[in-house]
Amino acid sequence: MIWQQLQSLAGSYPLALRGLGMTVVLSLISLVLGTLLGFGLGILRTGGNRLIGSAIGAWIDLIRGTPFLVQIFLIFFILPEFGVELDAFTAGVIALTNLAACFICEIVAAGIRSVPTGQVEAALASGLSRWQRLRQVVLPQAMRIVLPPLVGQYVLLIKDSSVVSAIGLTDLTRVGWLVVQRVPNGLLVFFLVGVGYFMVCYPLIMLARRLERRMGAVHGEVQL
Amino acid sequence: MLENFSFRTIVEYLPLFGQGLITTVWLSALSFAGALTVGIVLAAMNLQRGWLFRVPAKAYIDAVRATPLLAQLYFLYFGLPRLGLVLPELVVGIIALSLNSGAYVAEIIRAGILSIPRGQVEAGVASGMTYVQRIRLVILPQAFKVTIPPLLGQAIVLVKDSALLSLISVSELTRAGQLLASDRFMPAEGFLTIAAFYLLLYYCLKGLAALSGRWLGLQPARSST
Repeated sequence: MIWQQLQSLAGSYPLALRGLGMTVVLSLISLVLGTLLGFGLGILRTGGNRLIGSAIGAWIDLIRGTPFLVQIFLIFFILPEFGVELDAFTAGVIALTNLAACFICEIVAAGIRSVPTGQVEAALASGLSRWQRLRQVVLPQAMRIVLPPLVGQYVLLIKDSSVVSAIGLTDLTRVGWLVVQRVPNGLLVFFLVGVGYFMVCYPLIMLARRLERRMGAVHGEVQL
Repeated sequence: MLENFSFRTIVEYLPLFGQGLITTVWLSALSFAGALTVGIVLAAMNLQRGWLFRVPAKAYIDAVRATPLLAQLYFLYFGLPRLGLVLPELVVGIIALSLNSGAYVAEIIRAGILSIPRGQVEAGVASGMTYVQRIRLVILPQAFKVTIPPLLGQAIVLVKDSALLSLISVSELTRAGQLLASDRFMPAEGFLTIAAFYLLLYYCLKGLAALSGRWLGLQPARSST
């Protein structure tokens, strides 16, 4: 019985690899796009323009206030009504990128706000342009605050990517769901799915912890 | 475009949405109570000096944090019957949410307790307090204060996570939206309505977090995730 199941599971090996690949590719694309967009939004948010700042804030509240599953359904089923035809993969990338951008925007904005005003004033007095101030003074100092939660956010993103299986994308979770229809051993199948995610996420969690400790040491202050 | 957006259908389905909303609220509340229980136990284990309790607690917390809730949910949903435990979907969902959120709650509580300066405990010792007195009179009241805002943040996460239970066909709020979408082919009506309901819950909890922050004399709640 268990032997047959193991054989059957071994047969699903290529499918599992494809699922893991899909999870990694989907997360990686959204992670890169989300980081770029998130940094852009974070800089805009702290840029001083009230209108833009509160527009971004309102959008972030909308995204934070609704479940990711509902956001995916909205994008996948409603964008076509506006004439945008989407396959599941594109819908997944859009949803994940948007989610990541919103959270990263908040992280970056917090980092930028943590830079003492004196730094910016000194840069102003030295005659640096707006772009120079941002690139050479503010962002390097903000990165200390930004980096640990940013890595933590990547872990959340990879985990959230499992939700796209709901619109039929064959990622790791979906593979588990498919396999469990043939091999009726949910404990074993989803334990293995969990191991797959763990292998990707755990190193990132460790990295986040290390960064946090190191950045905390740099600041020489006790963290909460 | 959405020119034939049908408010009439939404009104027609309002009882279904209402039921879904109520189910989402009480199952989240129940799961949050479960998560607090799991979290307190795990935090207590994690703060022990000996490895016997600490190592399993840490392993559990890491395992939960490094895997997606959906995989955990399917693990229980497809796995529990294997152990001879055939439970209703709703119960499986509440267990999954409690076990998942419990790991995060444990970390919040641990951080709250560790945030208390050592001097406080030493002062307790110097005043001749017993171990239990120090915990009850010195540590817990202060830790309680710091943990409330992040706990409310976790409650927000939990309410949103409960949407995943629709995938194991628990008839909560998201399921109501799916029903409208599939019965009448009206995804816009279904999903925009439930999004509005979730936002309502979100703003309620967010307001509560801000209020509690003010009552406790803290800064506005730092919302986690």
